[in-house]
Amino acid sequence: MAVHETREHDVLIIGSGGAGLRAATSASAAGVSVGLVTKCLLGKAHTVMAEGGIAAALGNVDERDGWKTHFADTMRGGQYLNNWRMAELHAKEAPDRVRELEAWGALFDRTKDGRILQRNFGGHAYPRLAHVGDRTGLEMLRALQDSGVHLGVDIYMEYTVIELLKDGDRVIGALSYDREKGAFTVFHAKAVIIATGGIGKLYKITSNSWDCTGDGPSLAYHAGAELIDMEFVQFHPTGMVWPPSVRGLLVTEGVRGEGGILRNKDGHRFMFDDIPPLYTDQTADSEEEGWRYTQGDKEARRPPELLTRDHVARCIVREIKEGRGSPHGGVFLDISWIKEKLSDAEQHIKRKLPAMYHQFKRLADIDITKEPMEVGPTTHYAMGGVRVDADTQMSVVPGLFAAGECAAGLHGANRLGGNSLSDLLVFGKRAGEFAAQFARDNQAGQVNHDHVEEAVRRTLEPFDDVDEAGGEGPYQIQEDLQAMMQDLVGIVREEEEMERALVGLERLRGRARRVVVSGNRAYNPGWHAAVDLGHLLTIGEAITRAALERRESRGAHSRSDHPDKDPAAASVNIVIKKGFDGTMETRRETIPAMPAELQAIVEEMK
Amino acid sequence: MAQAIFRIWRGDSGGGEFRDYATEVTSGMVVLDVVRQIQAEQAHDLALRWNCKAGKCGSCSAEVNGMPKLMCMSRTSDLPLEKPVTVQPMKAFPLIKDLVTDVSWNYRVKKKIKPFRPRKPDEKDGTWRMAQSDVDRSMEFRKCIECFLCQDVCHVLREHRLLDEFIGPRFLVHIAALEMHPLDTENRLEDLRKEHGIGYCNITKCCTKVCPEDITITDNAIIPLKERVVDVSYDPIRRFLARYRRKASAVGLAS
Ligand SMILES: Cc1cc2nc3c(=O)[nH]c(=O)nc-3n(C[C@H](O)[C@H](O)[C@H](O)COP(=O)(O)OP(=O)(O)OC[C@H]3O[C@@H](n4cnc5c(N)ncnc54)[C@H](O)[C@@H]3O)c2cc1C
Ligand code: SF4
Ligand code: SF4
Ligand code: FES
Repeated sequence: MAVHETREHDVLIIGSGGAGLRAATSASAAGVSVGLVTKCLLGKAHTVMAEGGIAAALGNVDERDGWKTHFADTMRGGQYLNNWRMAELHAKEAPDRVRELEAWGALFDRTKDGRILQRNFGGHAYPRLAHVGDRTGLEMLRALQDSGVHLGVDIYMEYTVIELLKDGDRVIGALSYDREKGAFTVFHAKAVIIATGGIGKLYKITSNSWDCTGDGPSLAYHAGAELIDMEFVQFHPTGMVWPPSVRGLLVTEGVRGEGGILRNKDGHRFMFDDIPPLYTDQTADSEEEGWRYTQGDKEARRPPELLTRDHVARCIVREIKEGRGSPHGGVFLDISWIKEKLSDAEQHIKRKLPAMYHQFKRLADIDITKEPMEVGPTTHYAMGGVRVDADTQMSVVPGLFAAGECAAGLHGANRLGGNSLSDLLVFGKRAGEFAAQFARDNQAGQVNHDHVEEAVRRTLEPFDDVDEAGGEGPYQIQEDLQAMMQDLVGIVREEEEMERALVGLERLRGRARRVVVSGNRAYNPGWHAAVDLGHLLTIGEAITRAALERRESRGAHSRSDHPDKDPAAASVNIVIKKGFDGTMETRRETIPAMPAELQAIVEEMK
Repeated sequence: MAQAIFRIWRGDSGGGEFRDYATEVTSGMVVLDVVRQIQAEQAHDLALRWNCKAGKCGSCSAEVNGMPKLMCMSRTSDLPLEKPVTVQPMKAFPLIKDLVTDVSWNYRVKKKIKPFRPRKPDEKDGTWRMAQSDVDRSMEFRKCIECFLCQDVCHVLREHRLLDEFIGPRFLVHIAALEMHPLDTENRLEDLRKEHGIGYCNITKCCTKVCPEDITITDNAIIPLKERVVDVSYDPIRRFLARYRRKASAVGLAS
C-alpha cells in the first residue's frame, strides 16, 4: 500500500517552460487556483536555451509586415499541413503576446526610434524576430518566472508526473513523484495542461536538454488523446560533432549567414552539387555570387548553404554516408576562409559571432577564425504532439489541454525558426484561460484509487527486480534506444529500416520491463531514467509508425524509398491513438479545407 | 585517453564520504561527462543535476577540486588528472544527496524582492520607447543563469550563514537589473539596507571570480547599489533628488 499526499487545484499545469509559465499566468489571472508541477527547477526548462528570437509581425522594422504575411509564411513553411486556424490565431495574437512581455519586465533590443527590434530569419518574409542578443529564451523565461512567482501559483519543483488520472472519459488529475524523497503525490484538479516540451532525448544526437523526453505526448496518449504529425522531427543541419561531450550542441545558422561554407573531407564544397529544381532560380551560380549575397549585395542570390534546413541536413548526411565526412563523422563548416576576402577577418568573425567563437574555443579548443568546425545534423524540434482544438487547446479528452512544443498543429511539416517561442506565448495563454474556464464549469472528478495504486506499483517495480534473470540498468537501454532511432528513424528513412526499428522497439520494451535500479527512492537518477524509458519508447513507436504511414517525402520527413511528394498526402494528417486492445493505431485524416478568406491570403502570397 | 580517479562526494544530510571512481577520460570531456559516465557505469543512483549541458541553465553547479563551477563547462583537459579530481556539492546550501543541494532558499529570497513596476506606457497602444543605450545598461545583469555559484562562495552565506539577514550576490545582481531597467519605478533602497542586508557585503569580490557569465558582480552591481543606499539614507535631499533624477532620465527618451 503506497502512501501518498493529495493536493487540490482547479488547474494543474505540467511543465515550467515558456508554455507552462504563460499558461499559469493566464489561469491565475482568471481567478482559479493553479498548481504547477515541473521536473526541473524553476527557470531551468529547455526554453532558456532559445537564442534567435520570437516571431511576431510587429512591423517595427518593416512596416509592410502584418499577420497575413506571417500566416502565409508559416503555412508555406509547414507545407500546408498546418492547422490553419492555429496558424491564423498565432499570427494575429503573437504581437500582443510579445508586447505584454515588456510590461512584465522583459527587455528586447531596440530600433533607432526606441521600439522592439526585429531580425531576419529563414522563411520569414520580413525581419520579424523580437530578440535580445543571442539569449532571447532566457529573457523570456525569466520575465515569466519573475512575474509569475508573485501570482500565488503553487509551484512544485522537481516533481515528475508519471500518470494522468481519469474519471470516466475526463482527466481529473495526475500522479507524480518528487525527486527529493521519492514520495508520490496525487494532484486532484478540474483541468490539466500539459506543457512538457520536446522529445530530443529520443535521439543520440540532439540540441535538446535533459528533460526533453516526450513525457507529455506519452502521458496524453495513454490517457486516450490523439497525437498528430509525429513523423515530422526537425533536424537542424549544424550541430557540433566533436568533442563527444558537446555532440549535438547547436551551431547557429548565423555562421552560414556570415559566409560560412560546407566542405567534405576532400575539401569539396558539396552544396553546389544538388540544388532542388524549385530553388535553382534563387540560388547562386558561383561561389563568388554566394559570397556577395552574404555581404548584403541585394543583386546576388543566396549560396546553397542557406537552402532550407531539411535539404542542407540531407546533403550533409549523404556526404557522411558515402564516406566523404570529417574525421568525427560530420562535415566541415568553415568561416575562417573569409580571410581571403576580408583583411580584418578575425575581428569580423569575433564581432559577428561572439557566442560561437567562445563555444568552440571553450569546448572544442578550436579557433573558428583559423580552422574549420566539424558539424552534423542534430535533432532539434518536434512538430508533432498532442492534437488540440485550435481555439481552446483542449485535446480530445475532456479536461486535458496541451500547449507548446508538446502540442501539435501550428507548424505542420516544418517549423520556422522563431515560431516556437511565439507558439508558447499565444497558446500557453489560451490554454490557461480555457482550462480555467473548464475548471469553473465542471465539478471535481473522483480519483480512482485502484488506478493510482497500480501506477505506483508499476513505477516501483524496478526496485523489486534486483537479481532477477536478465535485469539490467536503465542507462544502457536508453543509449541503445537513442542509437537505434538515430540510425533507423533518423533524417532519411526507408520502410525496411523502420520495420526493423519496430522490432527493435519491441525488444527494448522487453528489456525495459526487466529494468533494475539500485539504491533507494531519494533523488535517484537511475530510477528517473527508468521512468523516462517508458515515455521514450511510446514516442519512438509513434514517430516510427507515423513515418511508415507517410509514404512520401515532405518537409522534415524524407524517405529514400519515396523521394517525392505524394499529391494524395498533401492534405492528410497521420493520427495516432491507443486502441482498445492497448496497441497503437494509425489513421489518415484529411485536413478540412481552409475558409475562403485564408485561402485568398495564401494564394495572394504564393 | 587516460585513466583518472574521480573522488566524488556520496551521502545525504545524515552524512557521507568521498568515494573514488576510476574511469576513462577521453579527449574533450567535461567534468559533467565524466560524472555521468560514472553514473551510467558504476553508480546508477549517483545524484546530480543538469539540464542543458551548454552552460545556459545553471543547474549543474558543484565544487570541482574545491572551485565552484558549472560541471558542464569544466574541461577535464584543464585539470591535473594525475591526481584524484574531487567533485563535491555546493557547501552553502543544505545537502539533499550526493552532488544535489537544496537551493530553494534562493527562490524564497527572490520572492521577497519587490517586483518590476513599470512606468505608464509611453504610447497610446500601451507600448514604451527605450533607447538601446538605456537597455544596454542592465544587460550585463540580465545574463545571470541563476547557477548560485556566487551565493555558494560568498563568505557571508557560506561561513557566517547569515541566510536570514543577507540576500547574497545573485540577488544584488537581480536588484541592480531591476534598478537599471529603464521602465522600473519601484524603490528598493530601503529594503536593500534593511531586509536585504547589503551592508554585510565587504567587497571581497569572490563572487565575481566564480561567475560563469562573467558578470562583474561587485564592481558593477553591488558597489553602485551601496553608493545609492548610502546617499539616500544619510541625506534626505539627495534622496529626493536621486528619485527625481531617475524619473527624469527614464522619461528622457519620450521627449
Ligand atoms: C538550442 C535551441 C535554440 C532554440 N532557439 C529558438 C529560437 O530562437 N526561437 C524559437 O522560437 N524557438 C527556439 N527553439 C525551440 C524552443 O526553444 C522550444 O521549442 C521551446 O522552448 C519549448 O518550450 P516549452 O514550454 O514547450 O517546453 P520546455 O521549455 O521544454 O519546458 C518543458 C517543461 O516541462 C517539464 N516536464 C517535462 N516532463 C515532465 C513531467 N513528466 N513532469 C513534470 N514536468 C515535466 C520540464 O521540466 C520543463 O519544465 C530553440 C531550441 C533549441 C534547442
Ligand atoms: S563581494 Fe560581497 S557579495 Fe561578493 S562574495 Fe564578497 S562579500 Fe559576498
Ligand atoms: S550572478 Fe553569475 S554566479 Fe551568480 S547566479 Fe548569476 S550567473 Fe551564477
Ligand atoms: S547543465 Fe545547464 S549549465 Fe550546466
